[in-house]
Amino acid sequence: MSDPFGGLDNFLKDLLVGFGLDATFVAVVLKLLGAAVLGGMAGATAILLIWAERKLVARIQDRLGPNRVGPYGLLQTIADALKLLTKEVLIPAGADRIIFQMAPLLVVASVIGVWAVMPLAPGLIGSDVNVGLLYIVSVGSIGILGIMMAGLSSNNKYALLGAFRTVAQMVSFAVPLIFSLLVPTLLAGSMGMAEIVEAQEGLWFIFLAPLAALIFFVSSIAEVGRAPFDLMEAESEIVAGFHIEYSGMAFGMFFVGEFVHAFTISALTAVIFLGGWRGPGAEAFPLLGLVYFLLKASIMFFVVIWIRGTFPRIRIDQMNAFNWKFVTPLALVVLMVTAVVDKLAIEQGWPRFLAHSTANLLMVIGTLAILRAQASSARRRQEVALEAPVTRPEVA
Amino acid sequence: MALQWLFIGAILVVGAGMAGLPIALNILLAPRKPNPDKSATYECGIETVGETWVQLKGQYYIFGLIFLIFDIEAVFLFPWAVAYDKLQFYMVLEGVLFILILGGGLIYAWRKGALEWI
Repeated sequence: MSDPFGGLDNFLKDLLVGFGLDATFVAVVLKLLGAAVLGGMAGATAILLIWAERKLVARIQDRLGPNRVGPYGLLQTIADALKLLTKEVLIPAGADRIIFQMAPLLVVASVIGVWAVMPLAPGLIGSDVNVGLLYIVSVGSIGILGIMMAGLSSNNKYALLGAFRTVAQMVSFAVPLIFSLLVPTLLAGSMGMAEIVEAQEGLWFIFLAPLAALIFFVSSIAEVGRAPFDLMEAESEIVAGFHIEYSGMAFGMFFVGEFVHAFTISALTAVIFLGGWRGPGAEAFPLLGLVYFLLKASIMFFVVIWIRGTFPRIRIDQMNAFNWKFVTPLALVVLMVTAVVDKLAIEQGWPRFLAHSTANLLMVIGTLAILRAQASSARRRQEVALEAPVTRPEVA
Repeated sequence: MALQWLFIGAILVVGAGMAGLPIALNILLAPRKPNPDKSATYECGIETVGETWVQLKGQYYIFGLIFLIFDIEAVFLFPWAVAYDKLQFYMVLEGVLFILILGGGLIYAWRKGALEWI
């Protein structure tokens, strides 16, 4: 009972080797089987996630949401999928057919690929590579590539504009994302996801690096392209952006990719900053660890939906200014301060939590002070500009 | 170790399959009655004017360039962060110096007006 997942793996291994199969062959087959199960599960959660999001957003907007098909509308997504299956597949004239049809595949594959390095429970991780965080960043950018391919191959100007905005937004927000991932890397001393969870024994990283966690979460939402950062599919400006020319299931797959991606970033936040599967009794009962992990990921997913239901979409110039003039410099400062404070705390024997929380508090106060000074100087400039035309005729 | 990367390769194929299978089913099940109006570019009912491949604004290109610089520098920082536990204090300061130079680049781009959206 202490290690059900490893036990199951060993049981299957022994069974198949007992049939007279080669041990390496069995190991390869079991890995492939595991990948199929994990990938299939991650993809299939989309059915539940779409229902959950529609229901929650409806409640936020004082509506009922889906409530006709099945109990609480649970089967609504399945009904929608069946409808999409019977829709005619349209490819616009002049589109680049191969790239056009490859795009949804890439978007979904990049999202499901992240789950390969997700530590689900103690001893339950698909692939414990030692460059987990770099892998997540690189696989995530395949999804951006998919969206750009969709926009560029559609032979439609709205789609092209959506692809442009993808370049400006998703690519830019990768910078603070990577810098905020450097903070847990140096705190844990490893890029492996399992080691990062191991290193959070006793104290989750959100207590050591709350600002890094916030930067990671915000820039992840921008990477997914959700409200308030859903500029590349802003329906009131460019109709639907990159997926305007898609129909049927290919269209649905972009949404499967987006919803699973939203859950994936929630799970990543849970793993990297909220201790992953850690919780009381998780070491003794690994199944409990899985429950903790899913619980934390679901709470973060709720926050993602909450933000989507609450904030209005920002303009593209605001989005760029927010990223390059606020989040990126802040991420650089957070990385530098965390590196210096952590080394000093270890060498001087200061309590780690106290040192980090003081440093983070000082950074928050400093940021707010700079923002206030900026705002008041901008206000003064505006007042001067308003007064100027009134005073000029009197002088003349 | 090879097994770990095999798993990643397999899950990427499974992921593409999760999208490919429903799309293939859709192509098999859906009716096919093409006509020129259906396959025309969608643009509020009127014909598209001119080429679709319009020139993109130079601004996007500049942001792409800045991103490239930062991305490469960040990859250089990952080994430093992994080896953090074994570093002396002055080595950490050298890493900070590297980030400060990077920050100088950001301030330069800012002062040059590359970050303004026009």
